[in-house]
Amino acid sequence: MPPKRITIRDHTSEANLFARRTVIALLGIAALIVTLVSNLYYLQVTKYTDYQTRSNGNRIKVLPVAPNRGLIYDRNGLLLAENRPTFSLEVIPEQVANLDASLESLQQLLSLSDDDISDFRDELKSQRRFRPVNLKARLSHEEVALFSAHQHKYPGISVEARLTRHYPYGDTLTHLLGYVSRINKKDLQKLNEAGQADNYAATYNIGKLGVEKFHESKLHGQVGYQEVEVNNQGRIIRTLKFQPPVPGDDLVLNVDVRLQQVIQQSLQGYRGSVVAIDPRNGGVLALYSNPSYNPNLFVHGISSKEYQKLLQSRDRPLINRATQGQYPPASTVKPHLALLGLELGVITEETRMFDRGTYKLKNVERPWRDWKKWGHGWVDVRKSIEVSCDVFFYDLAYKTGIDNISDMMSQFGFGDYTGIDLYEESAANMPSRGWKRARYNEPWYIGDTISVGIGQSYWTTTPLQLAKSVTTLVNRGVRFVPQILRGHYIDNKLHQAAPKELQPITLNSPRNWQVVLDAMYGTVNNPEHGTARHAFKDTSYTSAGKTGTAQVISIAMDEEYDEETIADHHKDNAMYIGYAPYDAPEIVVTVAMENAGGGSSQAAPIARKVMDYYFANKENGNYAAQ
Amino acid sequence: MLRSKLEANPNSIWQRMHIDLPLLLGLLLLMGTGLVVIYSAGGKDMDLIIRQGIRLVVALGVMILLAQIPPLAYRRLSIHFYVIGVLMLVAVLLVGTVGKGAQRWLDLGFMQFQPSEVMKLAVPMMVAWYISRFNLPPRILHIVAGFGLMAVPTLLVAKQPDLGTSLLLASAGLFVLFLAGTSWKIIGTIAALGSAFAPIMWMFLMKDYQKQRVLTFLNPESDPLGAGYHIIQSKIAIGSGGIPGKGWLQGTQSQLEFLPERHTDFIFSVFSEEFGFTGIVLLLTLYAFIVVRGMIIAMRAQEAYSKLLAGSITLTFFIYVFVNMGMVSGLLPVVGVPLPLISYGGTSMVTLLAGFGILMGIGTQKRLLSRE
Repeated sequence: MPPKRITIRDHTSEANLFARRTVIALLGIAALIVTLVSNLYYLQVTKYTDYQTRSNGNRIKVLPVAPNRGLIYDRNGLLLAENRPTFSLEVIPEQVANLDASLESLQQLLSLSDDDISDFRDELKSQRRFRPVNLKARLSHEEVALFSAHQHKYPGISVEARLTRHYPYGDTLTHLLGYVSRINKKDLQKLNEAGQADNYAATYNIGKLGVEKFHESKLHGQVGYQEVEVNNQGRIIRTLKFQPPVPGDDLVLNVDVRLQQVIQQSLQGYRGSVVAIDPRNGGVLALYSNPSYNPNLFVHGISSKEYQKLLQSRDRPLINRATQGQYPPASTVKPHLALLGLELGVITEETRMFDRGTYKLKNVERPWRDWKKWGHGWVDVRKSIEVSCDVFFYDLAYKTGIDNISDMMSQFGFGDYTGIDLYEESAANMPSRGWKRARYNEPWYIGDTISVGIGQSYWTTTPLQLAKSVTTLVNRGVRFVPQILRGHYIDNKLHQAAPKELQPITLNSPRNWQVVLDAMYGTVNNPEHGTARHAFKDTSYTSAGKTGTAQVISIAMDEEYDEETIADHHKDNAMYIGYAPYDAPEIVVTVAMENAGGGSSQAAPIARKVMDYYFANKENGNYAAQ
Repeated sequence: MLRSKLEANPNSIWQRMHIDLPLLLGLLLLMGTGLVVIYSAGGKDMDLIIRQGIRLVVALGVMILLAQIPPLAYRRLSIHFYVIGVLMLVAVLLVGTVGKGAQRWLDLGFMQFQPSEVMKLAVPMMVAWYISRFNLPPRILHIVAGFGLMAVPTLLVAKQPDLGTSLLLASAGLFVLFLAGTSWKIIGTIAALGSAFAPIMWMFLMKDYQKQRVLTFLNPESDPLGAGYHIIQSKIAIGSGGIPGKGWLQGTQSQLEFLPERHTDFIFSVFSEEFGFTGIVLLLTLYAFIVVRGMIIAMRAQEAYSKLLAGSITLTFFIYVFVNMGMVSGLLPVVGVPLPLISYGGTSMVTLLAGFGILMGIGTQKRLLSRE
């Protein structure tokens, strides 16, 4: 101890000094405590509501829940589009720290192909932010188990089980049914414009084609919500509230998938299409375009290689020939033209003319030829249709004039959309003076009219359009919009959609319908000269129809001139329109086959197969009109 | 008056064990609160509670042990502690173990040792020893020398870098000088010099992550998912507690792990979320009680060294509280200072209770002194 120093210290004054400083220090502490408390008061009392809201915002997430997409059945209750549970490997790119490294190690783990990786990278570019991107679809159970064991190494990558669309009939229905595929940026933009983006918040796929696209709003349903508590990793701790989604409607189509299969088989090897319609209500029984392709490829994201193959195929499988193929109607429109001639009085039932095989106009050097070189001899309107005499119709067209033809054929629906419940449709072309002026800046020539008389020249139609016109014909002017959708199920009860009827065509002389329909009967049933008599020999039902053989270079689809295929493309298109039973029509069929040859030899037999199947199975009650 | 009260019961069992009962009760209450909050913040992990419990027992043992040592013994040993501590700090900078981006530990083979913790006691002891050798109030020369004794370890620790601890070292030294009666003129000059020093520190001494912390503190919303995340989440936790709090184990910010460092530096946010403003007022009252009790002990000490040391230990304890609460509630930048006796963690707990042990020794050993 150094006692000396202590003894001389003034202990009292030092103690007082220390006491003063202590008081000051305590005052300082009090001030600091007040500062702390006022700040905490500000946070906890003044700003309480704000922070409470932010705290809830932290922990409560509202997650959309995707509705189950409606199923699609055929008219007999066969399932055409179903939802299957599948496992897929999905990546949320924003949550993966090192994407390249993860991909590389996953490639080894799950033996992903280079194509898988490059497709993934392609999809990555077009994907919405913070949405999972598919890395590998349809994982096997082994792959699921393998990945699950290593999951912890791959944050942001997970195996997701979800319902995926599947089309059990594959390419039999592609053009008609369409398919669903991943929602892309363009779809998203459209959804935004339609105010539907919220409804699709949890949805991965959207209808891209066919019925899936057209009836998207019915099939999709209403999104549900799940209010969940999440932790800082975004992992769900518990569900606070659940508002279930409303599933989409289950749709029933007018289509008979087995009839569709019959058509598919009979069109193998051809480019062509068949449409079958119930004339009593416009219901589409079948609509098939060959060649077709597997729609299931698109559901999981088609590989670019496979897509390129489809895109570049010379047979153009992606086109729906039944609604988008534009063909000259050729002789199949002779009944329509005959009806017009009769109605205008240009011809009568008794009008006869002698066909020598050529038709000549005054002052025109070049004659128009009949398909039968030596002519059909004496013909009236009935026989002209039955034997498909060209000369009679050259004359009829000449006398009727393009304006009348254009006007009447437009009423039959030529040159316009049919209004079918598909977006993939072409209006084709019904030529007129105004159209030619606008299109080519040329006047209408009389020669053009004469070719129109046999359904050639600038006149094009789609097989569906043709079928619609035949429906009008057999209904004697009553017009229906072709409809694929038959109705939808609510609680296992079918709610049928009403047929869409248009303003009917009325004739001054309704008997004219009978004349034309009689002639179509003769085409099939006249044992001597009916052009379809061979094809429909010994049927159990009575049908009527009209053949057509169109001279074309190719279908009018802006094809490039291709030397290798020129021979094939020079061949005629085979066409047929028909209906049955003759006295009370239940089915209208049109067949269009590209570069297949004659309508009577190629197209009519296929129409027969369709009708044969129809009548053979009719007894099963499959085709009740309502 | 006070003395007479104490001397009325000079031979009580607590007095003989050199334990200040009010202080002990206050500390135990805090520790108990700490365990309760750690249980919640640590996700009901009993292991955590057991480990912390063991630390508390060890630290209390150290406290009681140190309380038996007479203050004069500390005074003799002050210089030794200090010199050894500074040497170890230099050693840390040369051969220390790196952890969390800082060089703070000495690897002694059987344990990791943090010399800066020793300095938390060695600095006030040394400065108090030096200043108390002369008459008070100290003269300018002694103040400058005392300041230097504080500054050397402070800078060494800041260099590690450990901003929180160096702040506490500086506080401990400065409190001794303040309590010793340094004139206001000199305090003003030091404050002015300090503010002049700040830009120099910013430019040359602070590491990028420290600058980032300061910038984040100034505007946490500028980077809500990056550096500002912690402080924003902490403010949300505190604010959403409201007056009554969300209830024990019911704090969503902590239970769902939105809060960082929940059972260590940010434990006050958990406390505030679950116990609300009511809990905060009670907790601050408890801290204030301990501080007041500590200052009473300091005032009663008869000898300058003991007065200064006890005062500095008590005031530095409050600095812990203020800096920790200030940083988690957005008043101060985030420097790594735990909430004393509540935050989970070993080293600082032992140091703190060692300090209280010395304090109790000072408070209960008057008789030895008054013998003179």
